[in-house]
Amino acid sequence: MNRERLENLIVDFLRIAGLVFFIVAVAFPFYWMLVSSFKSLEELLMQPGNLWIDLKHISFNAYIEVLFDHGFSRYILNSAYVSLATVILSVALATVGGYAVTRLHFRGQRFMSAGILLIYMFPAIVLVIPLYVIFAKMGLRDSIHVLILVYLAQTLPVALYMLRSYFLTLPAEMEYAGLIDGCSRFGVIWRIILPLSAPALASVALYTFMIAWNEFLFAFMFLDTPENFTLSRGVIQLAQSVHLSKQLVMAASVMVTVPIMVLFLVFERFLVQGLTAGATKG
Amino acid sequence: MTTNTLSNREARLAFWMLAPTFFIVFLIVIFPMIWNVWLSFKPVGLADLRGASLWRFNLTLDNFLKVFQDPEFVTVFLTTIFYAVGGSLLSIFLGLIAALLVNREFPARNVVRGLFISPYIAPVVAVTFTWGFILDPQLGVINWAGMEHGLWSSPIPFLSQRWFEVSLFGVAFKLPLALTSVILFDGWRYFPFAFLFILARLQAVPEELYQASAVDGAGPIGRFYHITLPQLGTVLANLFLFRFIWTFNKFDDIFLLTSGQSGTKVLTIKVYDYAFGEFNIGASSAVAMVLFVSLAVFLIFYFRWIVRETQSLL
Repeated sequence: MNRERLENLIVDFLRIAGLVFFIVAVAFPFYWMLVSSFKSLEELLMQPGNLWIDLKHISFNAYIEVLFDHGFSRYILNSAYVSLATVILSVALATVGGYAVTRLHFRGQRFMSAGILLIYMFPAIVLVIPLYVIFAKMGLRDSIHVLILVYLAQTLPVALYMLRSYFLTLPAEMEYAGLIDGCSRFGVIWRIILPLSAPALASVALYTFMIAWNEFLFAFMFLDTPENFTLSRGVIQLAQSVHLSKQLVMAASVMVTVPIMVLFLVFERFLVQGLTAGATKG
Repeated sequence: MTTNTLSNREARLAFWMLAPTFFIVFLIVIFPMIWNVWLSFKPVGLADLRGASLWRFNLTLDNFLKVFQDPEFVTVFLTTIFYAVGGSLLSIFLGLIAALLVNREFPARNVVRGLFISPYIAPVVAVTFTWGFILDPQLGVINWAGMEHGLWSSPIPFLSQRWFEVSLFGVAFKLPLALTSVILFDGWRYFPFAFLFILARLQAVPEELYQASAVDGAGPIGRFYHITLPQLGTVLANLFLFRFIWTFNKFDDIFLLTSGQSGTKVLTIKVYDYAFGEFNIGASSAVAMVLFVSLAVFLIFYFRWIVRETQSLL
């Protein structure tokens, strides 16, 4: 009995110590990113170890400079455009495709469902060189629309897989009623399937948005013209052009991090479902 | 006859509903994959992209010879394996600890859970540049703190020094500093993935098991060993599979943290280096093939081993 009480005490202590360690280790980089973005270059150079920020000396200069001198106001719009276009197209195509895989009968159906996830495991770095060659040859490489196409290919397999799993849980009988009443298949999808699938659609949309918004490799390889830059591409450009002014890089990092974090905070449940769906077998 | 045409119509409809997805995946995934094989057997440089030589039938093994005769190759390959195994194990270990910490109810548990997932959600450029700043020899807060508190006397270039002399209990050894830093970063960034799956599994362990073992007089440590850990076996094995594949293929993190310098050059960096450092597309495609085949071999062994293990259990 005594030994168990001792063990419990030790475990409780370790649990609290562990929680504190994890919370600090996880939160500190985000805190540091934010705090540094509000400091001036002098402060960063003179007091690199100052963990706090003087609320009277908060400076928004880094944000103003990044937004207007380094073109980030444009990159924000580009990133929003690329991500939203990817989300809309991916959700639309995955809904139609997922419906076909679950409800219609055709040869190769099983193979389709298995093949979807296999594609998901393909490494991006193996694809990037041949795609670079192909699009460079076609003169389409430095284009935001080609980027959308690439992001669609990266997100569609998982999106389709997630929606397929969800559609399988919906009773098909309701659709028969719709079909008998003279709805077309697309009418059934629009009037019956979509309203019932809101949670799954939210998961897919958030997951897709996250992939497109955060993507770095293809944006970095494909985009050369600053007018076409996404935020991630812009942050790299900025980091390469300013060496000392870390407050600018941190301000830019905050700008690319905040939108996805806000979405995550508001829709945590759906995003977590999206994250785990990609790696579970159905 | 009517059923036949009806099922034909259904198949045709299904085809059109799936056609856009098929087309995009074929164009962006399957075709480049096949074309990569073709390119890896051809002498192609970046300058050749304009000409028609891309389609000429001049196959050669030169690219593979170049890749395997590269004096760096063995080091790069071993670094890749070390990085993939180290990064996977660390992220799973941290994920396991984090899940155990959050498993029991406490105030603001959901907030902590959300916080723990955030490294995985945040954009890779933002977190790599932030960590690069934190670890910077001159401007970084860690070096400042370490020197201020007398832990070390001169700045440590965490991401730009290959070896670091450590002496622990009188034994001196060399630590691959930059590679260790990169693996630690990966532990930080990817533990949430393991955390989510392990936490979900922990929550599904039946409470009766714990009660029964408490009656048997098992303490918390005994309960962890005899009940929790066996329940987690499958999840941990699956997590290792996923994390290993993804870390083996990972390019972004190392490229953004160290550009593959200071002993962190892995195969994916080599793919990039050949293509954009030496303008040798052929050699780059050949490394991509090596990457792909290594992974396939790993998967075969992994599943053989897993199958045998599970059979021996039955």
